[in-house]
Amino acid sequence: MRKKIAIASGKGGTGKTSVSVNLAAQLSDTLNPDSQHVALVDLDVEEPNSLLFFKDAERFYHDDESRPVPVWDEKACTLCNKCSQVCEFNAIAFLGTKVLVFPDLCHSCHACSVLCPEDALPMQEKRMGELSYYKPTQSNLSLSEYRLDIGQPSAVPLISSAIKRINQIPGDNQIFLLDAPPGTSCPMMEIVKSSDFVLLVTEPTPFGLHDLQLAVETVEKIDRPMAVVLNKAGSGADHLIDNFCELEGIPIIARIPQSRKVAEAYSRGELVYKINDEFHEIYKSFSEDLVNMLKTLDLE
Amino acid sequence: MKEIVVISGKGGCGKTSVTAGLAYVGSPDIVIGDADVDAADMHLLMAPENTNAEDFYSGKLAVVEQKQCVLCRKCISHCYFDAIAINDGRLEINPLDCEGCGLCTHICPTNALRMETQKAGVLYVSTSRTGAPMVHAKLDIGADNSGKLVTKVRNTSRAIAEQKGKSIILTDGPPGIGCPVIAALSGASLVLIVTEPTTAGYHDMLRVHDLVKKMNVQMALVLNKAGLNADFEQKIHEFAKNHDIIDLGELPYDPIFSKSISEGLTIPEMDNEDLKQRFNSIWKDLMALSQ
Repeated sequence: MRKKIAIASGKGGTGKTSVSVNLAAQLSDTLNPDSQHVALVDLDVEEPNSLLFFKDAERFYHDDESRPVPVWDEKACTLCNKCSQVCEFNAIAFLGTKVLVFPDLCHSCHACSVLCPEDALPMQEKRMGELSYYKPTQSNLSLSEYRLDIGQPSAVPLISSAIKRINQIPGDNQIFLLDAPPGTSCPMMEIVKSSDFVLLVTEPTPFGLHDLQLAVETVEKIDRPMAVVLNKAGSGADHLIDNFCELEGIPIIARIPQSRKVAEAYSRGELVYKINDEFHEIYKSFSEDLVNMLKTLDLE
Repeated sequence: MKEIVVISGKGGCGKTSVTAGLAYVGSPDIVIGDADVDAADMHLLMAPENTNAEDFYSGKLAVVEQKQCVLCRKCISHCYFDAIAINDGRLEINPLDCEGCGLCTHICPTNALRMETQKAGVLYVSTSRTGAPMVHAKLDIGADNSGKLVTKVRNTSRAIAEQKGKSIILTDGPPGIGCPVIAALSGASLVLIVTEPTTAGYHDMLRVHDLVKKMNVQMALVLNKAGLNADFEQKIHEFAKNHDIIDLGELPYDPIFSKSISEGLTIPEMDNEDLKQRFNSIWKDLMALSQ
């Protein structure tokens, strides 16, 4: 089975990363006998935190991530001003005697470069972040992290680049867990678009419910199957989430109880799925149910 | 007029709970802005009324004039976002993939493509239940340009503050460090960072600090969820001390935070004297800093 699963949440801090790291580790334990490989990909590129939970992970590959932006070739330019007129993102300013490019505003669409009659705006790669591949020693999973440089405005080009790389990784027995950024705008959508299945992590408060509704609307718009993970269960008003999911016909695949002990373990960057039998059982049946759901996808 | 923007880097540190609590305490002097436009929650605590809604247009999408299209595929081969395809003999543009760059419209030999401005969200101007004017917004599902909507929220807040003679704008910012956060920070008078004593909270605070420093805005900090991890609490206070961040103290890790959200109340409205005083004192300190 080869599947990409987005782990998303409208609201930040519902436990998306906590669920991602624990589920990835447990899933890897569960599936290992079937020689099914699990890869956790941290695509919360503005604030990637998964690695903090695999402290002994060894980095075995590292590279810059870049994207193309135009560079002005003064000699070739005839100052016709076409470039600044076609740029929809105000990334090019025409100053009468010269052309200024603002790479932070550029969407790498190539319009200026393609439409310049003198080829005076060739595209050149510019760094936007970095990627690292890790091998945690205590688990069979692999971990990759994409990290946006501070000051870079848009997470989307880095996420698209990551997804292209993931799609090039060979093998039929690969499960990719994609830790998405919070929210429901472009960065989250970019990940959901390329996924086969979406897990939405929420918490039982009116904030959790409100942002879950937005996230569900987004996933429905892209038309992906989904399930809800109710984190911090028992800490507030579980019925809010239960009622909504029942109404929408979305399964609640796991309920992870609120626990101060778990919050403390999380604060130290420890995996909680093995801290006690209760949590181990929860993540075990969560993993099994997820695998079963993924298998039904293939039947449909 | 001063604008205080509350951010956290990591989501779920309690940014909105802290902002709403401060908005309750400081209500007479402020305009409330909710710039977390893609998951705005402030209205759930501030129950805004007398809402004036205005559609927000931003960004464009390519549209096909089927009659003019000769299916030459030139646009498909040029689109860097793989947004164009031919299905059942018709050219189709996937609005979720279209970046709105317009390159296809310029290279189409038969002028079969044009750009259309899109509705990207709604801007609301209301009065919160505490009486303070409130500016908030909702980004449409799948819409681009959250940074521009953030700017719109801030500009509108400023105009209303001027109009109503309010000296402070208190803005709930978005999580992360990308475009919406940058849009929320530029030109702010003071940034209040809400953080939590966890490895992730600390890590994200460092990244957000680097960003704010680049943008040259004065920083203050509130450590939320105190009691969870003494080591990180110490680390955060030390970091603040060594990096010119004004340390406004701690709020405890306490179930009262999720309880207050469920009741639709802010923390200082809950039955807890200690927390009331803490919010009062944080607000007093913020006012002194904004002078």
